[in-house]
Amino acid sequence: MSGKKIEVIQNIFDENDRIASIVNESLEQLGILVINIMGAPGAGKTSSIINMVKNLPGEKVYVIEGDIESDIDTVKLKELGIETIQINTNGACHLDAPTIEKSLQELTIDQPGILFIENIGNLVCPAEFQIGEHVKMLICSAAEGSDKPYKYPLAFEKANIILLTKCDLKAYVDFNDEFFLRGVRALNKSVPIFEVNAKTGAGFQEVSQWLINRKN
Amino acid sequence: MHEFPITEQIVKIASDKAKENNARKVTRITLVVGEYSGFIGDSIHMYFDILSKGTLCEGAVLEIENVKAKWRCPSCGIDFIRKPLSFACPECGQDGEPTTIGKEFFVKNLEVET
Repeated sequence: MSGKKIEVIQNIFDENDRIASIVNESLEQLGILVINIMGAPGAGKTSSIINMVKNLPGEKVYVIEGDIESDIDTVKLKELGIETIQINTNGACHLDAPTIEKSLQELTIDQPGILFIENIGNLVCPAEFQIGEHVKMLICSAAEGSDKPYKYPLAFEKANIILLTKCDLKAYVDFNDEFFLRGVRALNKSVPIFEVNAKTGAGFQEVSQWLINRKN
Repeated sequence: MHEFPITEQIVKIASDKAKENNARKVTRITLVVGEYSGFIGDSIHMYFDILSKGTLCEGAVLEIENVKAKWRCPSCGIDFIRKPLSFACPECGQDGEPTTIGKEFFVKNLEVET
């Protein structure tokens, strides 16, 4: 019997990232743009999906709803005629690539379009796991406060597009635009930030146009 | 919960490497865990003892090297650890840029018995 040391240097995310690449490439071949929607609970992820879909009349839209439990959001989306499937993680705080790969077997993709994957409401770990997306969309509400880039920097650093929701509440919650913007720009120099309001639909036409440009 | 599947992955990586090297047993695993990897060493330890049972890693010492996240100042070029609610460089006050330091999450090495 003898002891020996083995150098490894293997990224623990490798297996997840390998599956994420497969999901990403296979959906791209079908003409699907995959959007990973990340944000805190109550930030307005589902309301934003509904408003984006309203402004995408010519696009086929698919939704995968991730929730710890319940299908409230899926029921809401299906009532609007949006093709939606539900994933319940039963406690897990983020979606990962194997979960998405498995759930795609239930989704009938019959034409090119946009697939929105609503991640679990959480600003921490969804940012660490690739799930096969082409775009990471961060939904952040004015009501959460302007310090969020400083408290959850990774989510802001990795975002390809940021929606600042509930903008009509800014004045009531002392939202500091300058402080928020300085934090976002320190982390991510070029990410577009769209100010929106899901109650009135303001700003969503521009968001949907951005998605169409990104897809084509 | 969050650390459970990732700890399974760590046990798998270590066991596979040990087998490749015809090892009988893994005695030590060194992990590098960055502050922004999102994983907590204590929690990995807790699951490791459960998940390594019956594998080549059972009884191995899990050593975790933690790495603090650093920002890089675009004007001074120095790497620094930020203060809460700020990204400002401690030397010149300009906002630093994120780096890869603090995002590590990998198995560095193993000690095995052959």
